Amino acid sequence: MKVEVRATPLAPWRELASYEEAHPELAGGAGAASVFVGSMRDSNAGDSVTGMTLEHYPGMTEREMLRLCEEARDRWSLLDLLVVHRVGALLPGDPIVLVAVWSTHRREAFEAARHLMEQLKSTVPFWKQEQTDAGRRWVEKNTPGY
Amino acid sequence: MTVAVKFFASLKEQLGCDGATVEIGEVATAADVWLQATGGKSLPPNVLVAVNMEYADQNAAVQDGDEVGFFPPVTGGAE
Repeated sequence: MKVEVRATPLAPWRELASYEEAHPELAGGAGAASVFVGSMRDSNAGDSVTGMTLEHYPGMTEREMLRLCEEARDRWSLLDLLVVHRVGALLPGDPIVLVAVWSTHRREAFEAARHLMEQLKSTVPFWKQEQTDAGRRWVEKNTPGY
Repeated sequence: MTVAVKFFASLKEQLGCDGATVEIGEVATAADVWLQATGGKSLPPNVLVAVNMEYADQNAAVQDGDEVGFFPPVTGGAE
């Protein structure tokens, strides 16, 4: 299991490939891998967004991410989890988050990845500040995922 | 006792600082720490509280050496 907050660019598909290479035990055992990649959009609430800064609470953010992964591991039968979340300055198109869950069968992987993503958005200390033509503004609300 | 206070995101901007070290009486809650750190500003209803990096109620007791974080609702992840 790996949880990371990263201040440098995230290449999710390369990240995934290297994680699987480093964990050869997943090949054969894991019949399912569910992967979510979230990226920055160039618009929000009807406005064009040209950049974004993601702030976090160093220490607490990592702790909450780890807690969520441990809860998911207790709730579903999972083989492994990988969660990487960006902080710092981002541009439209930049990947923000990678959630990958491996399990024997697809149901656990789908459900756990979805749950983790929703929890990541609603309980882990991250805050987005958008740059628009009108200036900078803090994002106050999350869009519901269900 | 001494308590470390941290502010994040929009709250940090509104208050104009990212935290403080406050001296407060031996019996105090997170809300008391907020008042001490902000010079008596009322605690906005949507502000979240963490004591030693764990979510806590604003009425949670704090101890000497604790870190109390105050921050707005979180907005991580992506669509």
